[in-house]
Amino acid sequence: MTAPLRDPGPVSATGTDDARLVAELRAGDEAAFVELVERHHGAMVRLALTYVPGHAVAEEVAQEAWLGMLKGIDRFEGRSSLKTWIFRILTNIAKTRGAREARSVPFSALLHDEAAEDEPAVAPSRFSPEGAWRAAPREWEISPENRALSTELGGVVRGAMEALPPAQREVMRLRDIEGWSAPEVCNVLALSETNQRVLLHRARAKVRRSIEQYFDGGTV
Amino acid sequence: MTAPPALTCRELVELVTEYFEGALSGTEQARFDEHISACPGCQRYLLQMRATIAAAGRLQEDDVLPEAQAELLAAFRDWRSGRTNGATQGEHRVAFLERILGRFRRR
Repeated sequence: MTAPLRDPGPVSATGTDDARLVAELRAGDEAAFVELVERHHGAMVRLALTYVPGHAVAEEVAQEAWLGMLKGIDRFEGRSSLKTWIFRILTNIAKTRGAREARSVPFSALLHDEAAEDEPAVAPSRFSPEGAWRAAPREWEISPENRALSTELGGVVRGAMEALPPAQREVMRLRDIEGWSAPEVCNVLALSETNQRVLLHRARAKVRRSIEQYFDGGTV
Repeated sequence: MTAPPALTCRELVELVTEYFEGALSGTEQARFDEHISACPGCQRYLLQMRATIAAAGRLQEDDVLPEAQAELLAAFRDWRSGRTNGATQGEHRVAFLERILGRFRRR
């Protein structure tokens, strides 16, 4: 099933979990903090890398975000999910830091460029002038038990994602690898629903093309 | 009233993400369903897109580095003792940043 577009947000699904974690953090419970770090720290560092140069700086940004989270925990009102709130703290710090490092192109600018061009999901040559497939897409033989194929396919997907423009890569990473919902991505990256979808669409289409080339025996 | 024109394969592939997201309007959804039910090529395209998403979902991301976790835990303990001892936020921040700087100097 596909997620409904106008999802009210992740709050309801994780509300009780959030309430527990917030209460435990306020009480100074270390286990709650460790639980959150294990759940989100890796994703925070990776998201920070979109804004700042280098892993060491991204790690600092993520650590600063945790400190910001702890300082603000008494004021957290639960209007967004705890996760969304933490990641918003992170992106705010990362943006400031990125601007100071004078390297980063603002995400909004990346987004504008990446969403503006007209970019078909499938090469136009694959269709007849009437818009029908000239040669239909082939069936892919993917069986999860085939370990060697799964590993190779994973490499193809990873390579294809690394080659994506940054905003497309980040949206696909958050949605398809980290498993975030569309509203979470829109909220944390400050994207409209439409732009989130355009970026995701283009990213997935390119990754599909790489897999297709792999199965067709072409060079990837 | 005339029916809306049928969707072409070229148009359908551009609607796949909206289809997955449940973002198609009622009319678009009907045209999508009508086309896909009669077009083996687009059915296979849809399967390929699902396989692409599934393959991405199987990628593993790196875990938290043990040293990062240890530093965060130390920062958490500073924060907690500050809450009980009434240290200023500024003092925490200094302690925290010193710890981070210490790590990068070691590298």
